[in-house]
This record gives sequence, C-alpha cells and structure tokens, in this order.
Amino acid sequence: MELNYGPEYDDFRAEVRHFCETEGKKTKSGALRMGENRPSQAAIDWQGQLIEAGYTARTIPKEYGGYGGTADIVKSLIIQEEFVASGTRSGIQNQGISMLVPTLLEVGTEEQKLKYIKPTINGEMIWAQGYSEPGSGSDLASLKTKGVVEGDNFVINGQKIWTSSAQYADMCFILVRTEPEAPKHHGISYLLMDMKTTGIDIKPLVTMTGDAFFNEMFISDVKVPVTSIVGQRGEGWRVANVTLKYERGMIGNPGMSAMGIRGVADLMEEETISGIRAMDMPVYRDRLLKLQGRSLANKYHGLRLLSNEINKEGMGVEGLIVKLSATYLSHEIYSLAVDVMGEFGTLYDGSAYQRQKDWMRQYLGSFMGIIGGGTSQIQKNVISERGLGLPREPLVKLDQNGWELIKK
Amino acid sequence: MRFGLSEEQTMLSDMLNKYLVANLPLDVVRASSEQTLHHNQEIWSGLLDQGIHSILIPEDYGGAGLSMLHSEVVSETLGKHIVPVSYLSNAVLSPLAILYAGSESQKEQLLPELASGSTSFGIALTDVVANRENTKLEINGNKVSGSATFIMAGENADKLILAAPGTLLIVDTKAAGVTMERLNTVDKTRDFSAVTLKDAPCELLGEIGSADDAIEKLLNAARISIAADSLGAADAMFNQALAYSRERFQFDRPIGSFQSIKHILAEMITDLEPCRSLLWYAAYAYDEVEDEAKLVACHAKAHISEMAKHVGRATTELHGGMGFTDLLGLHFWFKRIEVNRQLLGGPELQRHNAAVAQGWAPNAITAA
Repeated sequence: MELNYGPEYDDFRAEVRHFCETEGKKTKSGALRMGENRPSQAAIDWQGQLIEAGYTARTIPKEYGGYGGTADIVKSLIIQEEFVASGTRSGIQNQGISMLVPTLLEVGTEEQKLKYIKPTINGEMIWAQGYSEPGSGSDLASLKTKGVVEGDNFVINGQKIWTSSAQYADMCFILVRTEPEAPKHHGISYLLMDMKTTGIDIKPLVTMTGDAFFNEMFISDVKVPVTSIVGQRGEGWRVANVTLKYERGMIGNPGMSAMGIRGVADLMEEETISGIRAMDMPVYRDRLLKLQGRSLANKYHGLRLLSNEINKEGMGVEGLIVKLSATYLSHEIYSLAVDVMGEFGTLYDGSAYQRQKDWMRQYLGSFMGIIGGGTSQIQKNVISERGLGLPREPLVKLDQNGWELIKK
Repeated sequence: MRFGLSEEQTMLSDMLNKYLVANLPLDVVRASSEQTLHHNQEIWSGLLDQGIHSILIPEDYGGAGLSMLHSEVVSETLGKHIVPVSYLSNAVLSPLAILYAGSESQKEQLLPELASGSTSFGIALTDVVANRENTKLEINGNKVSGSATFIMAGENADKLILAAPGTLLIVDTKAAGVTMERLNTVDKTRDFSAVTLKDAPCELLGEIGSADDAIEKLLNAARISIAADSLGAADAMFNQALAYSRERFQFDRPIGSFQSIKHILAEMITDLEPCRSLLWYAAYAYDEVEDEAKLVACHAKAHISEMAKHVGRATTELHGGMGFTDLLGLHFWFKRIEVNRQLLGGPELQRHNAAVAQGWAPNAITAA
C-alpha cells in the first residue's frame, strides 16, 4: 500500500494549483448541465485556455488540436483533484469529447481525425449519439435503421430514440444496418452524419424529470457520404464497442457518491422535524451511515482500480461491477434526501417552500444512470458472463406450438 | 501509487492458504466442532510454525513487527477456511493490549511469550462495548471481583485479559477465585466463555484508568480483524455458489445459465469486491491515517457484516435444499459470519460509532 503519488508529481501539482489560483479565479464557476445547451462563448474560450495549459484534451496529439501530452493517469488525477478542491470550472464535458474522440483516435481515418477532433474538443462541434431504437435497446445489435449505398452515399431510413443533444447537435455518430444478409453483429456500420442534412426530424423526448435531454430522431432518405464511415462496412458493432467502453467509464464514477453523502449530511443537519434535526433522529441517521459505508467501499474500490491501471496490472471482474453498484447507490442517496424532507421533498418546478437544492430532480434523474449505457440487468449479464465465466442464457424459439430451446 | 497488497502480503496469504487446503478439509473442522472444546491444537501448532501469531508483535519483543494489513490478510484467509483456533485473541488483541497498555516490564515479559506461543491468552471486550448483563469488575489493589462475558478463546488459555471502563487487567485462569463457564454459540468453530471472579489475583496492564486509548485502538483492530474473517468466509461461500451453479444441472442446463441465478452471483460479487477495497484501506489507515482509523474500521465492520450476511443467504438459497443440510456444511460459514456480525457490536452499533466519529451523534456506545 503506497498512497502517495511520489515526489516527482509535487511540482506538477504546484503548477496546477497556481493555475487554479490565478487563471481559475478569473472564470465563472458552474459547469454545463448534461445535454442542456451548447457551450457559451465564455466556456469555449476557457476550454481553449485549458487545452493550451494541458489540463484538458491532455493526451490528444497536437496535430488534432490537443495538448499532445503523454498519458499519465496520475497527472490527470492531480488536475481533477486540484480543480475540485479550488472550485475551478472544469472543461467542457460532452459525449463528443468523451466518446467519439477516443473512438476516432482508435479507429478513425487520418482525414476524419483532422476534420473532427479539433472542433469537437474546442467545444464548437456538438455530437448526438444515434444508437438505440424503439425495438433495439438492450439488444442493440438487432437495430433496423437501414443504410443502402446509392452512388457516393449511404441512403438512410429508420428511427432512433434516446438521441441526446440531437436538438442542437451539429453531427451524429450513428449505427446503421448496411449488410442485411450478414449475422446481426456483422451487418452494422458506424457513420458520421451531418445533422443539417435534409430528412432528419427531431422530436424532444420528455423524461420523468420534465426535462428533454433526449430525443426521438426520424430519418427519411438521408444521404451520408460513403467516406463518412468509421472502420469498415459491417464492422460498426466493434467500433461502437470502443465507444461504449468509454461511456461505461463515464457513468460509473465512484467519487460522485461521496459528494451526495456530504450533501445529504448537510441537509440532515439543517432540516428539522417538529423541532428535531433529522441528523439527531437515529432512524434517518442509520440510513445515512449505511449509505456512507457503501460509498466508502466504492471510493476505495475506485482507488484500487486506478492503481491497477497505473501499475498496468490488468482488470478482472472487479472492474465490471462499478456501474451497477454506483448507480443504485446514487438512487438510494437521493431517495434518502427526499425522505428527510417528507412532503416538502416532493415540491417541484420551483414551488413555494421548495428547498434550494433540487433533490427530487436528482432522485428522478438517477434512472439515467441505472438504465443508460446498459441497464442494471445487462450489467449483471456482463458481470456474470465476462467476469465470472457463466454461460449465456440459451436462445428460445417461439411459434404456435409454444417455445423451444435452440440447440447450437 | 499502489493501492493493494504487496508481494509479501500476497505470498503470506498463498502460503497460509496452501497449508489450510492441505490440513483443514471440512471434515477436520467438523470433527473439531463435535468436541466440547472446538479449539484444534494440531492446527494451532501448524499455524505457529507458519509464524502468523507474531505478525503484530514488534521485533524488539521477539515478533515480526509487520502491519495491520499483513494481519488482515491472515484473518481473511483464516475466515475463508473457518479455522477452529483463535488468531484474534492470541495474535491480535492480546498482544496489542499488552503493547498499548502494558508497562515496559510487562511488554518485555509477556510479548515474547506470545511471540513464541508458549503462553496463550483469552480476551474479553464485549462488556465495555455493549454491556447487556450489567457485569462489573471491581478492582481492589491486586485483587478483582465481578464477572465478564464473551471471553474469546478463554477456556484453554493460560491467562485472560479483561476490560473494565478505562482499565485492562490480566488474570490467571488457574488462580483461586476464578470460575470459568463455557458459552455455547451457534458457531462451533470458536470457543467463548464467561468468568466469575471472587477476590482473584490480578495484574493491571499499566495503571488503573489509563487504558482508554488502548481500548479504543483495540476495538478498531478487532473491527478490522472480524470484518476480514467475515469477508474470507463470505468469499468462500461465494466460490462454492459459483462452482455449484456450474455443476448443478436442472432442466438439462447448468443452473448457472439461468439469469435468475447468474444475477444473484453478479450481485454477490458486486457487493464483495468493494468490501475488500474498504478493508484494505481500513487496515492501512489503522497504521498510517490516525484520524480516519475509527471511522473506516467501524464502517468496514458494519458494511462487511451486511454484505456477508447477504452472501450467506444467497449462497444457502442457491444450493436449494442441500444448502440447508448439515451434510453440505455451508452452515459452518453462515454461522461464523453471524457470530462475527454480533461480536463486539453489530452493524447498528458500528454505524452509530461511525456517526459519533464524525460528530453526527452525541455519544459512543462503548463504556470505554
């Protein structure tokens, strides 16, 4: 056990701290909410400053608009720690930056890298994700949106759902069935579609929080140049999995729950029930402590995974469990906050008497984590099949005579 | 930066595991469980040869002077094999009690005896954690009267370490005025007893009222060690569940191909792996991060008790009717986990103490 990063990082930390205390102080804090809007000019300027200093897009090569630093997870961690500790505004976070850019770096053509990475990391080009379809959620590979080659274009027809950011995105990375004769995992292509093309119709999809982060996207005869394919025809599933790997990392951040625990503890010290602070009532307090126990376990588990990564020790089942554990934990933390406020916890839409912090919105929004990026049930399949080596559920055929197992 | 076990700690665990696989199959545990005294002397001697009893004793007193994380690794491995000896009493709590509370001459005399295994100790802390029988120890010079419950490994010990609020003392089990009484718990892999004392000769560890800090540290050591024992036991149960789900066929399929079963196993491992990370940190903090030590030790005991209980239930259930039988013997692990859960304070009490440690609750439930 050696929890120091080592003296060689002290200078780097001092440099980051100095930046936060000088440049950081000049910016207004407050990050963009997920899917809310395009970044402001101020955010884009700040992003430029961060890239130049090497505090975001750190490992992206210079020729694609990044800082061009070597991968050093400890340095990334120090940047994150210092920004959080000083309340410095972080860089722009969106799915173009976290998902598309790593995918292009891994499998994109040189031309695609040169064209798309720079404006994306600058915050100027916004991407939508065109994966899920009404009939293809957990079984994403069964997707039906068609792409047929006509001349220099794929002509695309179909419907996508859960397309976040589509109402203002410039581009969309989209999965399309281009080889209908091939087995389902081998018939998909990964395309980059310009959202201004004729034939794209966007309808906001309002969720239970009342927000419309997501959309339905209807695609009729949309032409996408054949050069916009990432990877080869029929290889889209593999390319998409590169992206999904980055999405899983995004959703399962164990540090999130520590902030939630701190927030509920503060709430419980403020809220009183008939004159007694919630924190002084053992029934509420024990729930808080129970969640804190799990939160701490996840926090140190995060350190262990980080250590595995730094020391290149490889990852077994312990790396697959993070999302399942962290997303349920968040749900329970927000649920406790609502319970502590009782009836007042249900106040919404800026109602009279509503508390400043919108715990109900967080509580409802926690389903995004539980369901998005593979539901908890899919996570359990992944953990048990890939992590524990258990067999897949056998396939079943259903016809008028009932169902039977398909024997391979 | 490195968060995890060192090579040395991994080797320690492997070595011990190898010894226990070879020497402690379930029928040996079962045979011990059928004796009045469950302590297995042969296994204890074998473990003495492995040197695990002197891990926490400083080199100056004949020990190995290793860390709590080394000891945690041992506790976890012993829990995995439901070992019928008391490492906790003889190698963790008794030496640390002497080290933290004893005078220099007591350390010089007693620690080498523990390090060589020539003297065995039982220890009782239950009554200062949560006193349910209104027991008391009245100390009068070098005599003590009163009673204590839930002494660990006291029956076959040469000496007992007993705790009154703020004070630790030693009595000889064979001395006049000392009456031991066996307590039979549901767990037949460990021995507990109570003692009644009538003007029994005693030796104070340090001075009267001077052991508050020592008791506080001992409780943290106990929380970590007991949590480790439970994690080891839960891990063993999980592995049996996983193996069984692959070999048991129903409806022409291994039951591990049913999602209802796979998902239970996925939940178990999702609960268990972060427990290990928490426990490693708790053991590290015990030695290195004083102001977090109590908080994480309490949380480790509470959280691991809860997760191990879930694993115990799910594993038993997953084995169907066989899980409930004596024949299969899963109950040995289940009961070990259950006794660990209650030992020196169940999850509710541990969480309460964790709340106190953060200033969230007014008073700690320990008389210490």
